[in-house]
Order: sequence, then C-alpha cells, then structure tokens
Amino acid sequence: MSVQVWTYLIVGLTFAIYIGIAIWAKAGSTKEFYVAGAGVSPIMNGMATAADWMSAASFISMAGLISFMGYDGSVYLMGWTGGYVLLALLLAPYLRKFGKFTVPDFVGDRYYSNVARTVAVISALFVSFTYVAGQMRGVGVVFSRFLEVDINTGIILGMTIVFFYAVLGGMKGITYTQVAQYWVLIFAYMVPAIFLSIMIAGNAIPQFGFGGMGSDGVYLLDKLDNLHTELGFAPYTTGSKPMIDVFAITVALMVGTAGLPHVIVRFFTVPKVRDARISAGWALIFIALLYTTAPAIATFARLNLIDTVSNQAYAELPGWFKKWEKTGLLAWMDKNGDGKIQYLGKKANGGDPFEGKKPEFTKETGKSGELLMSNKPTDNANELYIDKDIMVLANPEIGRLPNWVIALVAAGGLAAALSTAAGLLLVISTSVSHDLIKKQINPNISEKAELMYARIAVGVAIMIAGYFGINPPGFVAEVVAFAFGLAAASFFPIIILGIFSKRMNKEGAITGMITGLVFTAAYIVYFKFMNPGMNNPDHWLLGISPEGIGTVGMMINFVVSFVVSRITPAPPEEIQELVDSLRYPKGAGEASAH
Amino acid sequence: MEKAKLQEYWKINLGYLIGLLVTWFVVSYGFGILLAEPLNAIRLGGFKLGFWFAQQGSIYVFVVLIFVYVALMNKLDKKFDVHED
Repeated sequence: MSVQVWTYLIVGLTFAIYIGIAIWAKAGSTKEFYVAGAGVSPIMNGMATAADWMSAASFISMAGLISFMGYDGSVYLMGWTGGYVLLALLLAPYLRKFGKFTVPDFVGDRYYSNVARTVAVISALFVSFTYVAGQMRGVGVVFSRFLEVDINTGIILGMTIVFFYAVLGGMKGITYTQVAQYWVLIFAYMVPAIFLSIMIAGNAIPQFGFGGMGSDGVYLLDKLDNLHTELGFAPYTTGSKPMIDVFAITVALMVGTAGLPHVIVRFFTVPKVRDARISAGWALIFIALLYTTAPAIATFARLNLIDTVSNQAYAELPGWFKKWEKTGLLAWMDKNGDGKIQYLGKKANGGDPFEGKKPEFTKETGKSGELLMSNKPTDNANELYIDKDIMVLANPEIGRLPNWVIALVAAGGLAAALSTAAGLLLVISTSVSHDLIKKQINPNISEKAELMYARIAVGVAIMIAGYFGINPPGFVAEVVAFAFGLAAASFFPIIILGIFSKRMNKEGAITGMITGLVFTAAYIVYFKFMNPGMNNPDHWLLGISPEGIGTVGMMINFVVSFVVSRITPAPPEEIQELVDSLRYPKGAGEASAH
Repeated sequence: MEKAKLQEYWKINLGYLIGLLVTWFVVSYGFGILLAEPLNAIRLGGFKLGFWFAQQGSIYVFVVLIFVYVALMNKLDKKFDVHED
C-alpha cells in the first residue's frame, strides 16, 4: 500500500477513536467539564498530562533543534522536564488540596482580591492563546505534508475534531482522548527511533545507542565532534552559548512549565492529594520516554545527514532528499558550480546559504536537477539549507522504514498537536465561564447555564485559534517560546509564596505579579520587536537572552512581593487558616466548587 | 490534631523538600551546566559525563526524585495521621 493510503487509514482510525471516546465521556456537570469530576486515576492523569504537555513542537521540532544545537539544545531537555519536580514537590499537592477548578481561582481566593484574580485570568488567557495558535498551525502543517491537502483545509479538519470532543466532553472527554493520543504519539516516536538506533549503533535502545559505536568502531559522539570541527561548526557535545544564558534559559523553561495553567489544572482532576504527587511522577516518566529519546534521534539524524550530503554529488543523493526538497525543508544552491553539496559552519566560511528565511523556488531546475531559488546567495561557501523539522519528519525514509511507519509519524504529529490544543482550549473556556462569568459578572448563574457558557466559550476559542492558525501573525512562533518566560515571571512566585509564606498578602502578590510580567514583557518586546538589531550578547542584561529573561523577571517578582508584603498589613486570619489547611492532605475531599 | 504536631509535620516536609531540591539543582544546573566542562573529561562509554547529565542523566534523576518524595510523604502522612481515608 502507498504512504498516502496508509496515512488516510491510520489517521482516520485514530480520529475515529477520539470521536468514540468523546461520545462515551460526555460531561454532565460543570465539575465533570472543568476537572473531569476529580475522578481520574493518577496513571491515567499522568498519561493525559504527558500528551497535554508534549506539543507539535516537542514531537516534530525538538529533536531537530537539538540536532543543530548539540549540547546547547540541552536547555530544552532539562528545562521541559525539570519543571515536573517543582510541580510535584511545590505545587500540585497543595493546589489539589485547595480543591477548586482553576489557577485564577487559587490566586483570587488566596489573595482575597478580584484584582489579583483578573490579572491571573488575563495572564492565563494570553499564555494559552499564543500557545494554541501554534498548535493549530502544527495540525495544518502535518495535514498538508502527509495528506497533501491544503494547510487551511487541514486546520479546519483539526478544528472540527477538537470542537467535537472538547465541547461535548470538556475535561472528561479531553482527558481520555489525551490518554489515547499519548499512546499514538509515543509509539509513532519510538518506532523510527528504535529502527535508526539498530541501523546506526546496533543497539535497540536509542538512549544507549547514541553513546555507542558505529560499524567503524568509533564512538558516534566523537565522530560527530570531529565532523563538526572539520566542517566549521561548534563541537556537538560542548556547544557555544555562554554558560549564564544556558543557565537562565533552563530556569525560565523549568519554572515556566510549573507555572503554565494548562499543566497545573491537570492536577485538579485526580481524587486525592497523594494522587496529585504521584501523578506528576507518572507524567514525568511518560514524558521522559520521549525526552530521553530525542537527543538520540538528534545524534543519529545529524550523523546521517552529514554522511549523506556533505561533499556528495547532488545527482547521486537518495530519493528522500529530493522528496523533501519539494516541500522547502531542504534546499541546495550550487554556488561554486561543482555539482557537489558543500555544507559548512561559520568557522569554515559557512553560514546562511542565501538571504531570506525560507527558500523561494522558481520552478526551474539547475544543471544537476536541483530546484533553483530566487533568493540572493550570500558570499560564504555554505550551499545547503535545512529546516530543523526535517529530522523527525524524514527519519522513516532516511531509515528506509516501511510505509506504515511514515503514516504513523503523521498520526503521531497530529495527536501531539491536537492533545495540546484541547488542553489549552479548556483553560481558555474555563477562564471565561468560571473565572469571569461565574466568579465576577454573575455569581448567581445556574449550573446548567454555566455549563452552556463553558461550551460556547470552547467553541468561540476554537474559532479564534483556527483563525490564527490560518492567518498566522508573524510573531506566533516567537511568542510561544516566551509564554514560558511570562508564566515564570507571573504565576510561579505568587503561587509558591501563597503556599509557603502565610505572611504573603494581596498587595505583595499584585505588585509582584505586575512588575515581573511588565519587566519580562518589556525586555522581550524591546529586543525582539523594537530593536532586533541589538539582540546579541553585547547588549543583553548580564548576558541573558530574551529567552532566558523570565528567570530575572521571576526573581524580581519574588523580591518585590516579599518586600511589599512586609510593609503592608498581614492577610486576614481566615486566609492564614486557609494556608494552614493547604499544608495537610487530610480532608481534601471533593473538588468543592463553591 | 494539635498545632504543635502539625507544625512538626510541616517542618519535616520542608526538610525533605530542601534535600530533594538540592539534588535536583546539583544534577541539572551543577553537573549539566556549571560543572559540565570539567566533568566532560570523564567518559561513560561514548558519552562525556557532563554532556550525559545534560541530555540524559538529569532527567532520570528527576523521575527518581518525584517517586522518592511520594514514598517519603505517604509514610509521613500516615505517621502524623493526616493521610486521606
């Protein structure tokens, strides 16, 4: 069977499963809609959290990023896993004991203030919307590459599926769909990785394989370091970013993870405090499976790529190169006219092969048969353009795996994007129907009406997300990475202080949250949008890039809220008792709504 | 339960947290970043040790840390009779 037929078959089958689960898990109350009735088992919740967490970016782009960044890519590996330790130890059990539905719920109640609640709602909406637009785009990209439909058709198809199970089932439907989606995505990720590991390192476990030797008896990582030096790239295993920046980015990603509303809310869905703790452990195991495989794929793919293309004649390249060239993920400009591909890093007179971010093909072919571009060539000697996404997407073909594996990767990419989108959409709808309508505008609203508003809010949010997916504002990709910095600088400190310091009051929390947020946002906007030309280590504060600045914002938030809280009145007696009760698991009981 | 006992429970919890978070910091920021360069002189098969901690080891330790905390707290909850049902 052809790849096309396989893809329709496997993707169609997974979609049928998701819809079936949606019908089975229809939500009947707001509690089921918001937190799945707080009746999800810890392992199931762990799986759902993992699927929720691992987005199209984790699935498609991360291994490729690491492949190009080498050691520097470790910031993503540590940053996107280490946050779960913070969640399990510092946040999840206490928030579960608190037992409401949302992060703004906690902020509003703990700081006895609707201003604090509103700031939290706005932050939650902002973080979630930027994130979800990226996911919708991911859905469209996967559809267009594998099913060869138009990107917009792909986005509308994806929207329909998410609409169906999110509107019908709320958190309950989303949770059980995410469990299924986890299996699809992890299977799709591991199969090609294992095949590649056997092929290149002769070891079926990729995590060990990339520390092993190739058929020539040289350690793979040593070989890669040598190739990198030879071709003028920074050594693979040591990298080139300044240490302080690596440090700051890792902190921002870790703390940001622990501050993201769609991740935190998952821990409201388990029955007990101790379930919340262990559930974070399960989530991290399921995530670690993919995250420890990614650097192995990165190493294999990098070696394979250099071996296959460096100084080889274009005419003799394997078929996958030409196939992916058509998608614009690869491009070759024969600058010196020798018919061979020169792939060189900055230290060997390499760099960007041409001007502009993406290749613009002219529909004509050159004398070796390559696709010609209208981009202006740069004056360095590098001739090859590679998009990082190619590393995961083309793996099955590079490894000459059967067609069904290629189809599986498509289904996996879709599962990753859809599961994350659904989790985010739920946060958005809960923020509107619960935090805004129920808690602020109309507290007397009936359960039934609130549920209806929640469903309408999901529907509207899907439309908006879809719109941004179809008409992506240029800044989406940029902003998604900064969502972490903003979450780190706003939510994390005030939640932590709300649990661990009884003296923390609303004055401290509000000023802390606002200064952290404003500082971080201003730094990012300044370097990314107002003065991109100055975005380099010479101008950065302490040598910290905009990606890592959330770390500084977080510290500012901590300091400001601490100082302000000491010079303003202590919180009322009943709040101090509330904090006391958070600290002991007994009596968590129902996720009480009101 | 009386206040003094609950305070003792909380103190022990904080002690666990400090111990585990120090480990968390040392394996990731310590071994994976700050000390990565000197550690890279040591080899673990084909891996340089600092690189291994940054891309593999720290993640394994993260998982272990959470399960250790779960076990410690389940025991502590029982001992102080604050466990659920």
